[in-house]
Amino acid sequence: MAFSSFSAFLAMGGHAPYVWAAWGVTALLMIASVGHARMERRLLIRDLKRRARRETTRPLPSTSTAPNSLQASHTDDT
Amino acid sequence: MWTFIHKWGSPKWFYSMSGKLQPWFWTVSLLLIAVGTLWGLAFAPADYQQGNSFRIIYVHVPAAFLAQSIFVSMAAAALVFMVWKIKIADMAATVMAPLGAVMTFVALFSGAVWGVPTWGTWWMWDARLTSMLILLFLFLGVIALRSAFTSRDSGSRAASVLAMVGVINIPIIKYSVDWWFTLHQPATFRVTSSPSMPTEMWLPLLIMVLGFYCFFIALTLMRTRSEILRREANKRWVMDLMKEAH
Repeated sequence: MAFSSFSAFLAMGGHAPYVWAAWGVTALLMIASVGHARMERRLLIRDLKRRARRETTRPLPSTSTAPNSLQASHTDDT
Repeated sequence: MWTFIHKWGSPKWFYSMSGKLQPWFWTVSLLLIAVGTLWGLAFAPADYQQGNSFRIIYVHVPAAFLAQSIFVSMAAAALVFMVWKIKIADMAATVMAPLGAVMTFVALFSGAVWGVPTWGTWWMWDARLTSMLILLFLFLGVIALRSAFTSRDSGSRAASVLAMVGVINIPIIKYSVDWWFTLHQPATFRVTSSPSMPTEMWLPLLIMVLGFYCFFIALTLMRTRSEILRREANKRWVMDLMKEAH
């Protein structure tokens, strides 16, 4: 341990504003990046599920929505 | 080898494999960053010249390393996309750019904050600082260019070209401290020699760097998976997947 007490740790030998600003912004942005990725995935899946449900409950006259999806089932496009 | 590339280039295969790999990278990244943070902030000895402000190194250096590596990865993905038309590569390049911009910002911000007690200034038009600022603009440029086209394919190609051309900035960042030695000190770590720092100072730094890299891999896998679902929304396998899940 490089500090004698918790308050000494917080004070960072007088460099507290610099150390905590740099670490704080880094932590904040990394946590926000993860939060954004989770939100993105959740919203997307909610949308796609709604779409899939619409398809199963109400089979549309296959001309209007997603005509290519039925044919493209096994095309392996790389 | 070709079947390997072919498999990983298939969105469906990539989606399922990356789903299995992802938790491992999150776990390892969290562990490394937790250990590195505790060690770097509380246990590593204070620097004899800079005191405790040197603890900024544990976020500054990993972020700066990662920012440059993300740009190189993005340019490599762009090259793969342009040469072999592998869509996964373009999706990966798409999701890498914002994190690259974030990491570049973190490196610049933590450097500026560190500069105040150490150099007496938060900014100077020093070669290293300027080339990092250019890196930030390159990331933002790639993001903007991609969204500037109505056709996704045109946007992808334009962003790929900028990424491949912009990679020239990376060696400039690396050698800037040797070519124009103005403010920023030369690299503390070199592959060829042992570090000029005591072990209890550089080991937590190494742990943080590895943790940041794992974080990048985990986040890229996660966001590439979302990008796959978005772009393949009309494909049969995505629809089936969405029907299965409740």
